[in-house]
Amino acid sequence: MESSTVTTKPTETEPTDDDALRPPLPRELTHRGDPFTPPPALVALAERSPVTRTALRNGDPFWLVSGYDEARAVLSDTRFSSDRFRNDALFKHLPERFRARMRDEKIRAGSFINMDPPEHGRYRRLLTGQFTVRRMRQLGTRVEEIVTEQLDAMLAKGNTADLVPEFALPVPSLVICELLGVRYEDRAEFQRRTATLLRMNVPADEVLENMDAQRAFMRRLVEDKRENPTDDMISGLIHHAGADPALTDDELVNIANLLLIAGHETTANMLGLGTFVLLQRPDQLAALRDDSSRVGDAVEELLRYLSIVHTGLFRFPKEDVELAGEHIPAGATVVISLLAANRDGQRWPDPETLDVTRSRGPHLAFGHGVHQCLGQQLARVEMTVGYTELLRRLPNLRLAVPPEEVPLRNDMFIYGVHALPVAWDTP
Amino acid sequence: VKVHADREVCIGSGLCVLRLPEVFDQSEDDGTVVILRAEPAADEEAEVVNAVHACPSGALRVDP
Repeated sequence: MESSTVTTKPTETEPTDDDALRPPLPRELTHRGDPFTPPPALVALAERSPVTRTALRNGDPFWLVSGYDEARAVLSDTRFSSDRFRNDALFKHLPERFRARMRDEKIRAGSFINMDPPEHGRYRRLLTGQFTVRRMRQLGTRVEEIVTEQLDAMLAKGNTADLVPEFALPVPSLVICELLGVRYEDRAEFQRRTATLLRMNVPADEVLENMDAQRAFMRRLVEDKRENPTDDMISGLIHHAGADPALTDDELVNIANLLLIAGHETTANMLGLGTFVLLQRPDQLAALRDDSSRVGDAVEELLRYLSIVHTGLFRFPKEDVELAGEHIPAGATVVISLLAANRDGQRWPDPETLDVTRSRGPHLAFGHGVHQCLGQQLARVEMTVGYTELLRRLPNLRLAVPPEEVPLRNDMFIYGVHALPVAWDTP
Repeated sequence: VKVHADREVCIGSGLCVLRLPEVFDQSEDDGTVVILRAEPAADEEAEVVNAVHACPSGALRVDP
């Protein structure tokens, strides 16, 4: 893509539509003005205390957890519920037709990201065997092929590209589609819909339409795999996972959609934003070019430093809880800022510095506790292969626009860049 | 030290396997932790303690 065509930033007007589904956090707590610096308002709260009572956009109180130790404590404490379907304080500003949908059992079935133990464990246990370190490393060869195909196509076209649509997005998208058994020709359709579902401030009706369309799309796939099983994860869940009782179509549809959406935009944004930050930190980039065996550690540091789940994680105490001197009543809204926790100076020396040689420590970019990212080992393989090959195949990779013109995903639930125009020397 | 794992609690994150593949593995069936060496070598002890600390589910424990 010509660099001159990607200089427009997305509009970021302050939301006014009361029907919009948007994060209930004040914008100043999530909006990153500088691409790699946490919002100043978030830093100010984190400096005051690791757990702070403050106010949602609608004026209701919530507790922001910004300390590393406190974040780990909340995320591994079963007194805190993940069930946003049953804690609809977040949705109470929305019209009843929307709230009714949130309580609909067909929508909730199998959506284990929103479930608490022991219900959560039933679904998670059906899937963990599919995402082990060994399985994901075996998949590495296929990931390498997909990465190579994308880079070959970029190189064939010249020496410039928008890295987001030509590399960062298709790599994890092709991998997860193949794992699940989503047909290649359906990929564009689902990518478009996912992008809408992850956009903030979309009118609730449009979100509902998209959810319905995505569920219908997945239902057709599940029905197809029921009749014609192939060697993929959806067929496996239907025919071989040993679920007792067997999974219903509603459960399968929601599980598959969860994996498809979670497995796609997250890694895509780590590849896009991670490349952007490396291009802005030439010493760090040089360290990786000099020694590709450092990429594994670099991936962990990029995960910590960028923490792309930028609205944080939501939890709801089932009983009154005392935390870091704060009394948090049952049913309150608690938001764990992974970004703040991963920059906690009590935990990390010099946390504001990206240091790809930093010794590995347990960062919270994948969360913590029973909901910690199911696909984290897949993400690690995709990123390690992706960064290694990107740097190896594209000599003198560089930004093709001034850095301030790179459009930031402050308007999305997953942070990153909307576009990343780059250039390289013709090999 | 001696390492214990509670496979009912384990969520199969694989973080211990990444850190110490000589000590930890994952079951082929459900991805939960398998202890390969319950009494790790002296030079592995510090990393075992780190693995216990990093475990997201609290499934790992070390006894002196």
